[in-house]
Formats: sequence, structure tokens, C-alpha cells
Amino acid sequence: MPIDMAQFHQTFFEESFEGLDLMESGLLDLNAGDADIDLINTIFRAAHSIKGGSATFGFKLIPEFTHIMETLLDEMRDKRRQVTEESVNVLLQSVDCLRDMLASERDGSHLDLDRVKQHQEMLQKIFNDKELSPVSVVSNGSRERNDQEPGISGWRIKFLPFKNLLSKGNDPVRMFRELSLLGDFKVTVDTSRLPAFFSLVPEECDLCWELILKGDVTKESVHEIFEWVEDDCELDILPLSSEMSAGGMAEKSDPASADEKEKKEGSRIPEDIRKDVSRVGEKRNTQPSSENSSIRVGIDKIDGLINMVGELVIIQSMLAQLGKDFDMNQLGKLRDGLSQLERNTRELQENVMRIRMLPISFAFNRFPRMVHDLSQKMGKEIELKMSGENTELDKTVMEKIVDPLVHLVRNSVDHGIEMPEVRRENGKPETGLLHLNAYHKGGNIVIEISDDGAGLNKEKILRKARERGLVKEDEVVSEEGINDLIFLPGFSTAEIVSDVSGRGVGMDVVKRNIHALGGKIEVVSSEGKGTSFIIRLPLTLAILDGQLVSAGDQIYIIPLVSIIESLQITESNVNLIAGKAEVYKLRDEYIPIIRLYDVFNIPPRNTDLKGGLLVVVEGDGKKAGVLVDDLLDQQQVVIKSLETNFKRVEGVSGATILGDGTVALIMDVSSLIRLSHQAGSINSRPLTFFANSKAA
Amino acid sequence: MNPNQLENSISINESVVYSNQYLTFMLAGEEYGVDILRVQEIKGWNKATSIPNTPEYIQGVINLRGTIVPIVDLRRRFGLENAEYGPTTVVIVLKVVGADGNRIMGIVVDAVSDVYNVPADEIKQPPDFGKAVSVDFIKGLAAVSGKMVIILDIDHLLNSSAAFHLDASVN
Repeated sequence: MPIDMAQFHQTFFEESFEGLDLMESGLLDLNAGDADIDLINTIFRAAHSIKGGSATFGFKLIPEFTHIMETLLDEMRDKRRQVTEESVNVLLQSVDCLRDMLASERDGSHLDLDRVKQHQEMLQKIFNDKELSPVSVVSNGSRERNDQEPGISGWRIKFLPFKNLLSKGNDPVRMFRELSLLGDFKVTVDTSRLPAFFSLVPEECDLCWELILKGDVTKESVHEIFEWVEDDCELDILPLSSEMSAGGMAEKSDPASADEKEKKEGSRIPEDIRKDVSRVGEKRNTQPSSENSSIRVGIDKIDGLINMVGELVIIQSMLAQLGKDFDMNQLGKLRDGLSQLERNTRELQENVMRIRMLPISFAFNRFPRMVHDLSQKMGKEIELKMSGENTELDKTVMEKIVDPLVHLVRNSVDHGIEMPEVRRENGKPETGLLHLNAYHKGGNIVIEISDDGAGLNKEKILRKARERGLVKEDEVVSEEGINDLIFLPGFSTAEIVSDVSGRGVGMDVVKRNIHALGGKIEVVSSEGKGTSFIIRLPLTLAILDGQLVSAGDQIYIIPLVSIIESLQITESNVNLIAGKAEVYKLRDEYIPIIRLYDVFNIPPRNTDLKGGLLVVVEGDGKKAGVLVDDLLDQQQVVIKSLETNFKRVEGVSGATILGDGTVALIMDVSSLIRLSHQAGSINSRPLTFFANSKAA
Repeated sequence: MNPNQLENSISINESVVYSNQYLTFMLAGEEYGVDILRVQEIKGWNKATSIPNTPEYIQGVINLRGTIVPIVDLRRRFGLENAEYGPTTVVIVLKVVGADGNRIMGIVVDAVSDVYNVPADEIKQPPDFGKAVSVDFIKGLAAVSGKMVIILDIDHLLNSSAAFHLDASVN
């Protein structure tokens, strides 16, 4: 029966990438010279699953590559090889390489085969180095090895599968065939568990086997064959103690032959590469990168939802009953029912939102590796501390916050934390501390990235800002103001604090990205003591707190985060510039007035500024007063996309559905301000004039 | 109901891809037809929320069970004289197939008329009017019991941003 393997691809890739993450974190925890068996086991298992899976799916290159890693790890596990810093580093790089290989298989993207080959050679080199270095290991390793080698000429395997073995897709016959390839193989079947014929279930495995395998075989290779069924059977692998045969050749021959095998595989690679190249080429056109990603949801969350839906159904039927023959006496009952319904709906909503929530560790997990690599490269000693990894965050927000976080962490490592010598001179411990922290605070998630490095050099920043004309020569800037300067476009931190450069994003991009998520970033720094970046993000992008306003006959929603204040216009504070552009004097600043009906081209209800309501909003660092007819409710609204069925509309970020079922548009404040500039070209000129005079 | 579900609910129909059935509606005295498999539903006219700075023929957006659906006034789209919305005025919600996926859109028409069976070979190519009338959005003309029905290519009509003026030469 032909099975379309492609349907399992996604699962395989997801699991493999998880496996790679596991390997990576395991390798990072692995200290040189100290072989933590559990840890190595975890890494080994992950590598093994990837190898097995990729072989099943016919990805030629990956199993070969993984095989070498696996063999290395296997030897570490058995203490036949010492864990060195070098080998860990090579393994880490191989994990990266493997990740690229998997990604290229998944997306059909280009794979740098030279790099793969290079890594494979590096692995091979480490592998071959073994002969030179770890002879010393034999002494402490010999004890562990007593139970398996030398002189043991075979294994007695008791294989008692559980009934469900076959249903999991495992086939004993196939495994026995594998075993028979390893040596002289004898199978004895035990039919004692077999039930009477009419109670026989064909899908169940009722047989047990005793297998005798003679030959020079390691316990691992036997285990390997049973690897996939280990959880579904009782397995006893005992050495065949009686007959001794061909004793002497045990230890050396095995790794040596493995070496040879590896070498053979190594030389076989070019032709495999060619095959893979052609296959990748074929795939490229047909398979777009998998955009519809999936998330794993804890079963408890699903159960919670099912419970709640159950309750909802009960309330619905109760209300339906009530509606069937309703009279006014039952009004109280109806109210109860409705309030129960409301509570239930809200809970349901919250829980559905929770499904999209992932612990922030998904974003944090990459940092140990990054900090490890960066600090090694720069010769710094940095300890990374992470807390609050379980704080949950919406998946969409998570995906978009990763890049800014990476940038900030790089910054801290690069510019924040000083070289060990400098730190010692300044009386600080040589190891710098980088702390990532995440926690919830009042409907927001707060992420802090703090280091105990040099801090921002305020004078230098100010000088640079003056040089670039971002700040006027004689302008006095508050301490906070100075820190905020680093977020200005064209103000690359690389140029201020050190000369290391070459990363694409500047702090202005970081700030913009965070703003795009409806979040805020601030920086707290004290010179010589360190810098903290504090990011506040909304928990989700799907819901926002909005202020309902009316203008003309329409209702709009302004996101609460963009509103600074709302006020009634005092006529004396309104100034006209060039007879046209209106500005409002708000305490010590002048802000442009945006007449919403003008910008949106809707019939106005009230065009008189006198007594009108001005909502002061801020977007992209610019302030503006939006003239509205009325302020209505504040409420949470569910954001619906306009683009799904329509297109992007300037000044509008989306739509929502109000309580009465009508649609209301959600304003995008920054784009609204931009729009108002375009609306009347006369408007824009005096406004820039004012912005300048304000700064002076 | 989200758009996906909407799509699922009509997927049964989609297995019969080539239907010859057309839903027809009235617009300024003429009868127009659209492929019935594209019709999601027909609903009475309710005021839509207008969208700022969009062409006049975009009436706005409505809430179709949680999905935001834009509404096109077909009279204005064709540059016809505006009519008062009356009790027979309906919104036909259609699935529009575009280059970047399917979209749900509604069209406002004077009244729904009938459902006809028109075999494909009975649909005639529209005559070439030169520049006077753009026929890009017309799939063809069909004669049904002595009346002419204009079969519309809704994908072309609703995806294109250019306004088609039936009386382009007059204006």
C-alpha cells in the first residue's frame, strides 16, 4: 500500500527542530571533562531520532551527517572518549549545520553543500583524533566496559513484546532480519502466551522470542535495533557467557572498523550530494515555505476549553427553555442566565487566547548559545541568567519580539559588558552578568535585559547627537532624554560606544518593531554600573483596549495605548498658522489639530472647534490632537483584519465588531498623522516649522 | 464563523466545479447573472460602516458572522444613476477568487431575480463596443426565455481597482 510520506513531513520537521534545540541546550550544559551520562543520553537520543526519521523519509545527507555525531556521542556516553571543549564546539556547529540541512529539506531552499562537507570533515577529524588522545580514558573506562566486552561472543536476548507492539508500526520480523545481519542468529519462539484461536486478535502480538546472536557485536548495536520498541516490550540482553570464541580481537577492532566505515561514507558523499542537489532543485518550485505553522497545546488547556464549551451549551439550552414560554415573571431568571452567559463567554475567550500563549522560553532559549558563542569570540566572560521563562506571551508577539531581543542581547554582550581586564580594574568581578527577566504586570508583559557593564556614556551620546544635529548645541537634555537619544534613527550605537559594527538593525528599528507591537521600550542606565532595557508588550495582538469615539455618523476606536489625554478645547489656545493650519497650545507645546472628518472625508456633524473634544494621541513619537464629536465607552475590542477580504486602508489598522453587531474601524494613530500631513500640503509646512521651534 | 469555515461549508458544492446555474439579479432594469457556486448567501441591506478614502462604490464593510466583508455598490461601480435603497435591495455575498487567495465580498443590487440553467455553449461572447463600454467584466451574454442576461465575471469585476463605466463615453 503506498503511503504518502509527505503528510508526516511536517511532524518530522517539527520534532527534529525540537530535537536540535534539545541537543543544543544539552551541549551547552555539557562541561569539558565531565561526562554527565544523562545529558549525553538526551543529546544522543535526539540525534538518533533525527537520524532515524530522516533516513525513513529518504533524506540522504542528514542521516550520514547525524551518524557521525551519534557515534561521537555514543563514545562519550561510554566514556571511551573524553568530552573536550573542542568536540563540544564542533558538535554545536554541527547542530547548526544540521538545522540548515533540515530547513533546506523543508523549504527546498538552497543548501551550502561546501559547508556541510566542511562540518562533516571537522566531525570526522575529531572522530579520528580519538586514536591520539584519549588512551587515558581506557583506564577509567575499562570498568564500565567489563560487562560487555571483551571476549563475549554474543548475546542472549529475551524479547517479550507488549500486546500493542504491532499497532505502533513495529515489525519484529524486520528487526530480526537486522539482527541476523550482525552475526550468527537463532530465533526461538515462545507461543505460551498465545490465546485460543477464536479469542485471537490479529492486531495484538502474543508471541515472545528468545534470540541468540553469536558474533562480535557490541551491546549498543543490539540496543539500537530495539531502540524504537524499548518502551513497548520487556527486553533482556544478556551476554552469552559460555562459549568463548575469537577472544582477543575485541576492543580495537570495533572502533577501527567503524573508522573505516566512516571513511568510506565520507568518500561516498560527493555523489550523494549530487543526488540531493537535484532533488532540492525539483522541490524548490513545488513547495513554498511552510507558513501555516502549528503550535503544541497542553492537553489541560484543551480540557479546560471543552469544559467551558460544555457549560456554554448548558446555559444556551437553559435560555432556550426560558425563551420558549417567556413571561415577565421570569425576568430575574433571564438576567441570571445572561450574566452567567457573559461570565462564561469571557472565560472562554480568555482560555482561547491562552491557547495562543507560549512561554517566553521559546524566545529565550536561543540566548545561552548566542551568549556562549559571542563571549568566546570576543574573549569576554559572561554569565547569562534567565528568569521568568514560563511567562506566557502570544505566539505572534513572540515571533516579532525575537529580533529586537537578539539585538539588545548582542548589544549588551558587545558594548555593555567590558573585557575581563577592564572589569578587574574597575573592581568588578571578571565575569559579567547578563540578566533576562520576564514577568506579567497589569495586562502587559515586561521583558528586562540588564547587564552589569559599563552603562551608557551620556556625554559621548550627547556629543554625538550634537554632531549629527539631532540636538541643538545649546539645548539642555534631561538624563532620560539622553538615554532616549539612542533610539533615534541614524544614531547607531555601534558608532557611539565602540567601533564594532556590521549588524543590520539599529536601536531605532528595535524601537519601531516594539512600537508596531503596541509596546514600549525604555532604557535605564547608570554609568559604570550597567544598563537595563525594559520592554513592555501587550499580552496579545488579538485584543486591545480601545476608546470609542464618534465623528460624523461613524464610530471609531482609538487604541488606549496611543491616547495621552482627552480635553475640551479652550478657544484661546487654538492658533491658526497661515490662516489654515490649526495648532493647539497644550501647556508648553503646540500640537497640530487633526479634524477627523477632514482626513477621513466623511460628512461632519460639528465643525466648530469651540467646545469640541480633542483626543491627544501619540504615534511614532509625534503628537497630535484629534478632533472628535464625542467620547463614548472604553472597551476591549477584538481586532479583525480588513485585509483578509479587502485591502489595507491608510489611517486604519483594522476593524472590530461592536456589541450591536456593527463594524467599527480601529484607528492607526501614526498612519493617521501621516495621512493628515498629506491631506493638505499647506498643513504640513507650518507644522514642521512648529516642530522645529518647539525643539529650539 | 471565520472565512475558512465559510469555505468549508460550501466545499461540498465545489466538487461540482462546472455548474451551469446562474443566480440573476436586477440592476437598473437589466438582468445580470453570477455563477451560483460563488454565491455564499443573500441578505437584506443593512447600513455598512464606511471606510475612509475609498472609491465611492465601496459602500463600506459589514459584519458577516464575525468576518469583516466589504460591500460594493454595483450601480456606482458601473457608474449608473444611484437608486434609493428599498425593501428589495439586497446584498449578494460572493466568493471572489484572486491571485492572492479567496476573498469574501458583497454586492448591493436592486433585487434578486431567479436561478437559470444556462449551458455553457449558450453563452455568447459580448460584442465589441470599442472604447465606449468596457466588456472585460462580462463573461458573456445569454438569452433565457427571450430575455438577455448579462453573465458577470465577478473575479475580474471585484478584483480590479479600475471602475468600469457602462456609459463611459457619455461621461
